[in-house]
Amino acid sequence: MYRETSIVNESTPTPFSGNGESDMIINVGPQHPSTHGVLHLIITLNGETVKKVEPHLGYIHRSIEKMCESLTYRQFIYVTSRMDYLSAHINNHGCALCVEKGMQLEVPPRAQVIRVLMDELTRLASHQLWWGALAMDVGALTPFFLAFREREMINDIMEETCGTRLTMNYMVPGGVMSDIHPDFQKKVHAFIDHFKKKIHEYDELITDNIIFQNRTKGVGYISKEDAISYGMSGPSARGSGVQCDIRKLYPYEVYDKLQFDEIIEAGGDSFSRYMVRIKEMKQSMSVIEQLIDNIPEGDFQAKTKAVLKLPKGEFYSRVETARGELGVYLISEGGTTPYRIKFRSPGYCNLSALDHMARGQKIGDLVAIMGTLDLVIPDIDR
Amino acid sequence: MQNITDNIHDWLYATFNPTIAMLIEFAIIGALAIGLFAMLGLVLIYMERKVSAVMQLRLGPNRVGPKGIFQTTADTLKLIVKEGMTPNGVDKLLFNLAPFIVMIVAMVVLAPLMFAKGFQIWDINIGVFFITAVSSLSVIGILMAGWASNNKYSLLGAMRSGAQIVSYELSAGLSILAVIVLTGSLKLSEIITSQENGWWIFKGHLPVWIAFIIFIIAVTAETNRAPFDLAEAESELTAGFHTEYSGMKFALFFLAEYVNIFVVCALGATLFLGGWMPLHFGTGTKFNEVMDYIPSSVWFFGKTFFLIFVIMWFRWTFPRLRIDQLLNLEWKYLLPISMINLLLATFIAIMKWHF
Repeated sequence: MYRETSIVNESTPTPFSGNGESDMIINVGPQHPSTHGVLHLIITLNGETVKKVEPHLGYIHRSIEKMCESLTYRQFIYVTSRMDYLSAHINNHGCALCVEKGMQLEVPPRAQVIRVLMDELTRLASHQLWWGALAMDVGALTPFFLAFREREMINDIMEETCGTRLTMNYMVPGGVMSDIHPDFQKKVHAFIDHFKKKIHEYDELITDNIIFQNRTKGVGYISKEDAISYGMSGPSARGSGVQCDIRKLYPYEVYDKLQFDEIIEAGGDSFSRYMVRIKEMKQSMSVIEQLIDNIPEGDFQAKTKAVLKLPKGEFYSRVETARGELGVYLISEGGTTPYRIKFRSPGYCNLSALDHMARGQKIGDLVAIMGTLDLVIPDIDR
Repeated sequence: MQNITDNIHDWLYATFNPTIAMLIEFAIIGALAIGLFAMLGLVLIYMERKVSAVMQLRLGPNRVGPKGIFQTTADTLKLIVKEGMTPNGVDKLLFNLAPFIVMIVAMVVLAPLMFAKGFQIWDINIGVFFITAVSSLSVIGILMAGWASNNKYSLLGAMRSGAQIVSYELSAGLSILAVIVLTGSLKLSEIITSQENGWWIFKGHLPVWIAFIIFIIAVTAETNRAPFDLAEAESELTAGFHTEYSGMKFALFFLAEYVNIFVVCALGATLFLGGWMPLHFGTGTKFNEVMDYIPSSVWFFGKTFFLIFVIMWFRWTFPRLRIDQLLNLEWKYLLPISMINLLLATFIAIMKWHF
C-alpha cells in the first residue's frame, strides 16, 4: 500500500476517491498464493477488469551474476542451479557449454547423451509441475497431486544418479560429474512406461474440461509480432507461432541427430501456450526413448586440468530451458574466474509481456495467464 | 422417535406450567441445534478431508485418533485458543458481527428439516419457503465481512459472492418450485409423505430430472463451493471475504459453510429423493415392506451424504469459473431453462401425468 501514491500517475485518482473514476489498485504479492514466488504485481482494476499490470521485481535478488565473478569456472556453474530451480540441470548445461566453448573442449559422446537425457527429464519434471500449478491457478487442486506422482519418479532417478533431487549440480566443464547409476536405464524405462499410461489423465482432467477451455481459449492473446518484440521465448512464444526452439535453431550436443518436432501453436492465447507444453512433454518422452538404449560407451568426462583457465575474450552460449532461451554471456580476462557474467533468462522477458496480455481481462484470467507463462521468480530476479 | 419426543412433550406439559414447559423445550432444542451444528461441522470437514485425500492419491488425516477422526476436533481446539484478531482500520462492530450472522443463519435453517420419521424441530407450513428465504440471508453476513474488513481482496470476494448468491437463488428457487407444483404443498412433512409411492426423481418425469440437475448446480454456487468458489478463490483473492479473519471467527465461517452444504443437500434429498422415505415403488408391495425395515434416519442421512459427496466430488475435480462466465451460466442458461421447466412441471401437474 505504501507505494500507491508513487505508482499511480497524477491523473489517476486514488481508490474510492469518489470522483467518478472507479479505479482500484491492488498489490498482488510479494506474498500471494498464485504468483509462484515473491513476484509483486501492482494491478489497476476497474471492477473485476484489469486495466494495468505493473510487475515489481527484486524481492529475491541474490546477485548471482556478481557472485559468479568471484567463483572459478568449475564452481560458478552450480550457483546457477538456484536461478531457475525447476530446470537447474539445463541452467548448468548452458554454463558448462559456455566454458567448453571458451576452452575449445571436446565433450565425449557418452557425456553428451547423458546431458541430453537429463535435460529432457528435467524438462518433463518442470512441465509436470507447471501443469499442476496452472491447474491450481484456475482452481482445480487435484491435478497438482497427479503431477507430483510422476514428478516424484523423475526426482528419484535424479537422486540416484546425481545425488540430489532438485538442484542436480551434475555438470562439469567437459562432461558430467559421475557416470550414470546402473539402474538408470531401467528406471527411466519404468518411468516412460508409467507416464505413457497416465498422460491421458492430464487430458481428461484439464485439457478436455469445458470449464478450463472456456477459461483459457481466447484469453491472454499475444500476436506473433508482439511476442517477438517483447523478446518472449520458449513454449510461451511458441504458443504465438514464433519459431524459437534453440534445440532446433542452434543445436547443441546431440540434438541435431534426434528426431523430434518443434511444437508451434498459432493461437497466441492461454490455451495455445498450454497445448505447446502438453505436446512438448510427449516430444521429450520420444527424445528420451531414442537415447536411453543408445548411450555410447566411453568416458563420461573429458580430461581437464584441475584449474581451468579461459583465454581472453567474450563467449556466449544458449540453451533451451523448460521456460525458454537461456543465454550465458561470459567475459574472460584470461584468469581463473570470469570477469563478468550476464544471464539472459527467459522468465524476465516473458513476464514483461504480462501487462500486454492481461489488459482488459478479468482478475481470474490474469492468474491463468501468469500460469501459462510458467514464471519462476528466482529466474527473473537472479 | 415420534413416541420419545411426544412423551417428553407430554411429561413437560404435565409437570410444569405451559410457559415454562415451552421455555424448557426451546432450551433443549437450542442445545440440540448447537450440538448438531458442531457435530455436522466436524463430520463434514473430516469427510471432505478424506474425500479429497482419496481423489488426490493421499491418505488424509491419520494421526489424531483412529483413522484421524479427531483431527478436526484438534484443529477446532487450536482455533478456539487462538487470538481472535481484529485488525486496525476495520469496522469493528460489523467485522465481529459478520461470522455470527452467517452462523446463526446456518443454524436457523436447520429448524424445518425432517431428519427422520416424526423427528423435526418445527413443522412449519411454509417450510421450503422458510429455508430458501432464510438461507439467502447469509449473503448479508458475507457482504458485511467483506466490507468491514477494509481489504480490497475481501471486498472483491464479497461483491462476487453477493452477485453469485443473488443470481443462483433464482434458479434454485425455480427448480424447487417444480417439485412444489407437483406436491401442492410447501410443508416438508407433506412433501415427504407425497413420495410414499415413489420418489419425485422417479415419478416426476423429465421436469423433475432437469430441476434436480439445476438444483444441484445452483446450490453448489449458492454455498460458494468449487467450481463456483469465486468468493474465496484462493489463487486470485487469497481467501476472499474471510482474508482478514483468524481464530474462531474464521472457524465460524468455515463451519457455517459446511452446515449450509448439509442444509441444501438435505433439502435436495427431501424434495427429490424422498427425505426419510424409504425406496418405494407403488403401494403395498413386498419390496416396500423390506425397505421399511431400514430406519428412516438412515435413509435421510444416506441420501443427504450422497449428495454432499457429489458436491465434494465437483470441488476436487473441476477448475473454477470466471465471474462473467458464472453469471452467464445463470442468466443465459440455467434461469431460462428452469423457467420453461417450471411451466412443463405445471403442465404435467395439471394433466396429472405424474404417477
